[in-house]
Amino acid sequence: MGQLDYVILESDRAVVSGRVLEHESSGNAMLAELYRAHIADWPKFFKMDTLSKVGFVASELLLKELGEKRCESEEYTQNRAVVLFGTTASLCADKNYQETIQDRDNYYPSPALFVYTLPNIVTGEIAIRNHYRGETSFYVVEGADAAQMAFHLSCAFADDSTQSILAGWVDSTANDDFKSFFTLVRREDVGGLEAKLKTIMNNLNI
Amino acid sequence: MERLIQCIADNVVSPLGLDSLSNYESVKAGKSGLKRYESMGNVQTPFTLSRMDRQVIDEACCRLGIPEGQYTFFEKMLLASTIQAVGKAGIDASDKRVLFIVSTTKGNVSLLGDPAGFPSDRVLLGKAASQITDWFGNPNSPLVVCNACISGVCAQIEAMRALQSGKYDYAVVTGADEQSPFIISGFLSFKAISDDFCRPFDKDRRGLNLGECAATVVLKAADSVSDDCWELVTGAIRNDANHISGPSRTGEGSYLALMETLRCCRPEDLAFVNVHGTATAYNDEMESIAIYRAGLIDVPVTGLKGYYGHTMGAAGIMESILSMYAVMDHTVLATRGFARQGTTYPVRVSPELRETDGRQFIKLLSGFGGCNAALLYRLNGKW
Repeated sequence: MGQLDYVILESDRAVVSGRVLEHESSGNAMLAELYRAHIADWPKFFKMDTLSKVGFVASELLLKELGEKRCESEEYTQNRAVVLFGTTASLCADKNYQETIQDRDNYYPSPALFVYTLPNIVTGEIAIRNHYRGETSFYVVEGADAAQMAFHLSCAFADDSTQSILAGWVDSTANDDFKSFFTLVRREDVGGLEAKLKTIMNNLNI
Repeated sequence: MERLIQCIADNVVSPLGLDSLSNYESVKAGKSGLKRYESMGNVQTPFTLSRMDRQVIDEACCRLGIPEGQYTFFEKMLLASTIQAVGKAGIDASDKRVLFIVSTTKGNVSLLGDPAGFPSDRVLLGKAASQITDWFGNPNSPLVVCNACISGVCAQIEAMRALQSGKYDYAVVTGADEQSPFIISGFLSFKAISDDFCRPFDKDRRGLNLGECAATVVLKAADSVSDDCWELVTGAIRNDANHISGPSRTGEGSYLALMETLRCCRPEDLAFVNVHGTATAYNDEMESIAIYRAGLIDVPVTGLKGYYGHTMGAAGIMESILSMYAVMDHTVLATRGFARQGTTYPVRVSPELRETDGRQFIKLLSGFGGCNAALLYRLNGKW
């Protein structure tokens, strides 16, 4: 294992492989600021819910750090899985959607809000952006446990096609309140995976 | 040597019955749980739904010794199903070598609208799942698979992998969803729901019906195949990388998932493909393309949404169980609601029961987020 590449995003903090990214705003505004400064070419970002914005920005920053170029080759698109974990899943989107159906006199359910009440949408957003046609999974757990995450990530390599996993943790309880880390796990890295996750999680209060 | 994964027990709790066999017999007899409703809570648009009678669940819970007032409807469905399946398997579910995996899309989300006296953290899926592991005294933290409509197939794939790793000997894989105004209003906003009985793969299909169900399989890791056992052979999950709420026009993810499972069987050995078959215009068309591209156009196709509606977290598990019972009965179940071919590629779907000698089947699902999953079950032994 060489340098540990990872991204951490919290409501008022953004870290890439140990380096703090400069930003002036916090919460959702920070995500938009990071998007404009480092990504800027995917306007769909503005339609996403907070969970997807966090996962999208974190994945983009990580892929940039790794120096990966998007391409359509089968090797690139079918061998990459996206596997994410969290405890609160789509709770933020759930609450936002519930508000639109709570009162009969003010009842306006919208498909654009409802679709984000599925937490795995963030894995789909990342797959669409990068043309990933491999496995995408979202697992909900009771708490962040490096051993449990490392075990289920290593299980994903049971699929012979999967050569690497864009893996991470993403939680959002309110529009301006989120916690996330992302890292890339290669098939050959599985041995030291739990220790690697612990190192990253020590930098993130989960 | 790779461990073989067997399904040793199962249960289905639905409006059609409280165990797998009664469900199978009801479906074979052509019964459906679907009924038309004019409204539910703030939802004032008519829809057709397969709804679990609350009193029937409460009575079942009472018989199974589940105390009143401590569990939500969603948790009661899961408990009623897992208690019966674990009992049938005859395993000690409190052992640390037993893993619980829960498949659901929305769990206790109805508590956001009406907390009904439950603590607010009960809406968290991990918290709801731990009600089940706590009931059995299982020490492992449960894993909740939340991959939209494909969760039930993904949960079985993940259980298979966890067992193959050698860390666990048994996995209890259970799934359910409650159809509250939250989910119904959402699908209505997508204009995906039909107010009439759904018509999978039919020319006049006008949308899906939702449904309530809980289903459980108990999987075991074995060193060799014993006679007359169901083996979970393989499975795969693939993304369309196309759209978050619309299926791929080329059926990309379903095609790739099917091709992966076909590495372990020949099309001519399949009894049938049990499809998602939601009866939306796009889903069924997409599945017909994926089936054609995968070289499965001559394999019988069957879908169960006309009996149960779309049971979301339960679908992948319940539809796998019903498929196992059908294979053991040398039967391809009728696709209720289908009358006239309505997809570009003429998949072999039928409104009648058919005979089969096949001993393997593929269960196929697709869902929001562009996700698709397929798995392969095989009946071993003399049966």
